[in-house]
Amino acid sequence: MGKIIVEVMLKPEILDPQGQAVGKALPRLGFTFAQSVRQGKRFEIEVAGDPTPAMLADVEKAAEEFLANTVIESFVVKVEK
Amino acid sequence: MRVGVVTFPGTLDDRDAARAVEYAGAEPVSLWHGSDDLKHVDAVVLPGGFSYGDYLRCGAISAKAPIMKSIIVAAEHGFPVLGICNGFQVLAEAHLLPGALTRNADMHFLCTDQTLKIENNSTMWTNGFTLGQEILIPMKNAEGNFNCDDATLHELESEGRVIARYVGVNPNGSRDAIAGITNKRGNVVGLMPHPEHAIDLLTGPSKDGLTFFTSLLHSMIAG
Repeated sequence: MGKIIVEVMLKPEILDPQGQAVGKALPRLGFTFAQSVRQGKRFEIEVAGDPTPAMLADVEKAAEEFLANTVIESFVVKVEK
Repeated sequence: MRVGVVTFPGTLDDRDAARAVEYAGAEPVSLWHGSDDLKHVDAVVLPGGFSYGDYLRCGAISAKAPIMKSIIVAAEHGFPVLGICNGFQVLAEAHLLPGALTRNADMHFLCTDQTLKIENNSTMWTNGFTLGQEILIPMKNAEGNFNCDDATLHELESEGRVIARYVGVNPNGSRDAIAGITNKRGNVVGLMPHPEHAIDLLTGPSKDGLTFFTSLLHSMIAG
């Protein structure tokens, strides 16, 4: 069984109030490392066998049309070993 | 005249939308998201709510529902569609309207009566207003922050496709304080606040919202 990962992030120019809220909470908990935080989504897609190039092309299409809204988000497709 | 009101799983405001259609003098027809049958309606309202629990993104899963396939085809041929709140988010996700509705800038869920200024009274849903008219209707959302790239914003502004803008303090961070927009043809309109909740003084802050629905009747009869 193979696994394909799609990671979706808001584009840098789009305000991310959720990430900001997380970023502001961290120092209150004593974690002072973060200059900024942005929050995104990760999809783990299980497939039968090793992902083929055709399957990856299909995932890319699904990400473009559905998993991400490319008006405000960008995405990357990866294969997990 | 028959006006369809679509119910998705998680829709909240379909009854109020149907009531507004009735107040305006048309016959509301209930449409179900899982069917592609528009039941020979003359127009459609996509009401507010939290369709599919706002999973993935607000309106994203609803935009792919069977009923939307029929609505998208019809809308491209001039069929009138009004998306309110979650319905606006569905229209944006279905690419019938440009841009996207994102999380309110201050993260708060807003629930208030909001003053809007009508900036385009030539659409099928706004022709009963006077240009510059200020109206008071309820607003309730967490993802009402209208976003788009600079080129799209320029196109919307230069073509007069902003139909309504927030008056006073921008409540949610929307670009150019945009509350609602239309497509080029003026048959598809999306609006974040809720006209269907402002049709009777017994239940709303004004009757201003009713004009969206009477505008439709006027444009159908005149057209």
